[in-house]
Amino acid sequence: MLNRKEAPPIVDTVNLNLQLKHAEKFTLDNGVDVYAVNAGAQEVIMIELVFFAGNSYEEKNIVAATTNFMLKNGTKNKTAFAINEHFELYGSYLNRNCYNETATLTLHTLTKHLHNVLPTMEELLMESIFPEDELAIYKQNQKQRLAVNLKKCDFIANRLIDEYLYGIQHPYGKYTSTIDYDKIEREELITFYEKFYKKGNCILFVAGKLPTNIQQQLNNVFGKLPFNKKQINQPTHHAQPSIEKKYNIINDANGVQGSIRIARPFPNRHHEDFMKAQVLNNIFGGFFGSRLMANIREDKGYTYGIHSYLQNHIQQSAWMISTEAGRDVCKPTINEVYKEMKLLQTKLIDAEELDLVRNYMIGGLLGDLDGPFQIIARWKTYVLNNLTEAYFYNSINTIKTVTAEELQELAKKYFNEEAFYELTVV
Amino acid sequence: MIEYNRFILENGLRVLVHEDNSTPMAVVNIMYNVGARDEMPNKTGFAHLFEHLMFGGSINIPEYDEPLQRAGGDNNAYTTNDITNYYCTLPAENIETAFWLESDRMLSLAFSEKSLDVQRKVVCEEFKEHYINKPYGDVWHKMRALAYKVHPYKWMTIGKELSHIENATIEEVKAFFAKHYCPANAILVVAGKVKTEDIKNLAEKWFGVIPSGIKYNRNIPKEPQQTEARFLEVKANVPLDAIIKTWHIEARLQKGYYVADIITEILGGGGSSRLFQSLVKEQKIFSNLDCYHFGTIEEGLLTIEGKLVKGIKMEDAEKAINNELQKFIDEPATETELTKAKNKTESVIAFEDMSVMSRAGSLALYELLGDANLINTELSKYNSITVEDVKEYSKKIFNTTNSNTIHYYSNN
Repeated sequence: MLNRKEAPPIVDTVNLNLQLKHAEKFTLDNGVDVYAVNAGAQEVIMIELVFFAGNSYEEKNIVAATTNFMLKNGTKNKTAFAINEHFELYGSYLNRNCYNETATLTLHTLTKHLHNVLPTMEELLMESIFPEDELAIYKQNQKQRLAVNLKKCDFIANRLIDEYLYGIQHPYGKYTSTIDYDKIEREELITFYEKFYKKGNCILFVAGKLPTNIQQQLNNVFGKLPFNKKQINQPTHHAQPSIEKKYNIINDANGVQGSIRIARPFPNRHHEDFMKAQVLNNIFGGFFGSRLMANIREDKGYTYGIHSYLQNHIQQSAWMISTEAGRDVCKPTINEVYKEMKLLQTKLIDAEELDLVRNYMIGGLLGDLDGPFQIIARWKTYVLNNLTEAYFYNSINTIKTVTAEELQELAKKYFNEEAFYELTVV
Repeated sequence: MIEYNRFILENGLRVLVHEDNSTPMAVVNIMYNVGARDEMPNKTGFAHLFEHLMFGGSINIPEYDEPLQRAGGDNNAYTTNDITNYYCTLPAENIETAFWLESDRMLSLAFSEKSLDVQRKVVCEEFKEHYINKPYGDVWHKMRALAYKVHPYKWMTIGKELSHIENATIEEVKAFFAKHYCPANAILVVAGKVKTEDIKNLAEKWFGVIPSGIKYNRNIPKEPQQTEARFLEVKANVPLDAIIKTWHIEARLQKGYYVADIITEILGGGGSSRLFQSLVKEQKIFSNLDCYHFGTIEEGLLTIEGKLVKGIKMEDAEKAINNELQKFIDEPATETELTKAKNKTESVIAFEDMSVMSRAGSLALYELLGDANLINTELSKYNSITVEDVKEYSKKIFNTTNSNTIHYYSNN
C-alpha cells in the first residue's frame, strides 16, 4: 500500500555537481573579444554586440537611449521600413536595448539565415543617418507612451525610488520627462553614435547552434570595423541619495492599490557580503516560498505578489522590496515587511528552512543553465562586472555552506528600518 | 521532429513522455480540460480562483510548494478561457517528488477554508492590479461582452466582477473539483531527462489508483453568426483616445485559424507590417498599433488596437483603419509578405522549442485538441497557405457585419 503521507526520497541538490559550460573566447582582427557558447538542439543562434554606450556616457538626458533606439531607423541606403523588412523576411529579430553602462544590438535568427542578415547589422553600425522625420515620430510616440505610463502607480514608484537612492543626476536615478524628448536633437545623436558606436568599445556574445565557421563569419563582418581603437573611460558619477526617507504620493485619487517600494543602498558584486546576501534575500523575499510571500500574500492576502531583490547594477546596488497592495492595507503591509526584517535579526533561521532554500537555489541554478542563451547570459554578467567563472563556483559554495549565524549577522548589518527609503504611490 | 511516447492508464489518464537527454531537468506538466468557458455566468473567475486553491494543500500533503522546493524544483500554473495548466521543473533525479505532489492533489484537495479566504483576497488584488488600477484596464472586459452575446468567451479568465470571486464558497470549490479534476479530464506530459519505462512505472504507482471520474462533456452554447456591426463608446480617465476593433475568426484547428494567424503577421507583425508602416509611420495617425489574436480553441477574435496621436479625430482614425483593410482585400498580400510571415512562424516555433517546458506544454495542448502529433505538422499547415487563401479569408472576416468596435475616449 502506497503511503502518500511520506515524501519519496530525494537527492539533495546541493550534492549535484554543477558545471558552467565553458565559453570559448576569441578575438577579432580589430581586437574585439568574442565569447561563444555552442549548445542546444534547435538550429538557432543569438548574436549580441555590447557597446559601452549606456546612459552613463551621455551628457544630456536620453541621448544614449534615443541613439540606441534609432539604430534601426535608417542608413545611407536603407529606410527604416527596408531595414525591418530585411530582418523580418528572414524570420530574424533584431532588438536593441540601452542600459546604464552598456547598450546592445541583439540578433536572434535561424542559423541558416545568419549570412543573410549579418552584413545589415554592420550597415546599421557604420551607416546610420538618424533621419529627422523618424526622430520626430519617435519623440511624439514616446511622449504619448510616457503620458500613459505616468497614470500607473508602479511606473511612478519605480522612478521615484531610484531617484531617492541615487539622486536625479545619477545614471541609476535619472528618468525621462516630456521636455527631455522635446529638447533632443539629431546632431546630438550623430555625435554620440560616432563616438560610442562607430568608434566605440565593443564586446560580442554569441550562443546557439554555431556554424563551424562562426569565427570567420564574425571576423569578416565585424573584424574590420574601427572598434576598440582607444579605450573609452566611463565618467564618474557620485550618488546623491535623498535625505528624507519616507514618502507618500497620491497619483490617482481613485486608485484602489498602492505601489510600495522599500529600499536601501547596497554594495556591488565585488563586496564580500553580496553572495551571502543573495541567500538571505531568498529567504526574505526572493521566491514563492519566501517569508514575505508566506506572510503577506499567503497568510494575509494583502497582495498578489511581494518580492525582494538586489538591483542588477555594476557600480553599486540597492536592496529592494516591491509590491502592489490594496490601498487600505498598504500601511499594514509595510509594517509586516519590517517585522520580517526584525525577525531575521533576532531569531536564527532554522536548519530546515535554510536547507530548503539551499536546495531550491541550487535547483534553480541548474535550471538556469539549461540552454545556450541562459549560459551566455551568465557569462555576459561576469564579463561586464569584471568577474571570472570563479564567481560561479564561489556562489555555489556560499549557497552550500553559509551558516544561519552568518545570515543573522548580515540581517543585523543591513535590515535596519532607518536605513531604508520607503515609498507608497497610490 | 519532436518525438514522444503515449499511453493511457486504466483510469483514463493520458500520459505522454518526451525524452530529451540534453537537459539535466525534468518537466511534469498536467493540463486539465477546464477553463473560464466552463463557468456559470453568475460565477465567473472560478476556474482561475480554483487554480490558486490547488496550491493550498492536498489530502495527504499539507504544503504543495515546500517539498518541491526542497527537491530543487519550481512550479507555476495558468488558467485561460480554455484550459488550466500546471507545470513543475526539477532536477531529473527528483522527479518522483512531482508525481507524489501532483497525484495527491488530483486525488483530493484539503479544501481548507483558510486557503479559500486568503486566495479570494489574493485574486481580488490580482484583479485590481491588472484590470482596475491600470489605464485602459477594462477594455477587454467590454470588448468580450460586445463581441460575444452567448458564448462564455464573453467574460475574462479573471472574472466578470470582483463580487463573483468574493462570493465563492467551499461547497462550490468541492463541486468544481469533483467535476473537472480527475484522470478522465487530465493529460500528463513528462519531458526532459527521463525514460519512458520509468515514467510508466511512476504513473501507474502514483496516478493509477485514482478513480477515473466522469468524463466531462462540454455543452457550451455556440455563438450565433454576427449579422450587424456593433459599436461601443467609452469615456475614461486616460490620457489618449484609443480604438479597439475585433472580427470573429475560425476555431483552433480550422484552416481559417492558420490564415488569420498569417494575416495578423502581415498586418501588424513587426516594423515592416502594413498597418504599422501606413498608420504609424506614414500617416502618423496612431502612436502604436497592434494586430493579434488570442489563439483560442473555439471561434476567436482577430484584433486591431491602437492609440491615436493627439489631435487626430476618432472618425478619421477609424476611416484610416478601414481603408487599409479595404486595400488589403483589393490588393492582397504579395508573395514577399507571405514568405515573411511564414519565415517568422518557422522561427517562432524553433525558438519556442528550445525550452523543454514549452515543448511539454505544447504536447499537452495538442493532445487535448485531439492529436499530440499536431506539434509536428503545424509548420506545414502554415506553409501550405497561398496568397489566394489570404485574400479569400480577409474578404470573409473583414466584413462590417462581423466587426466590433470600441471608441475609447480620453476625458482629460
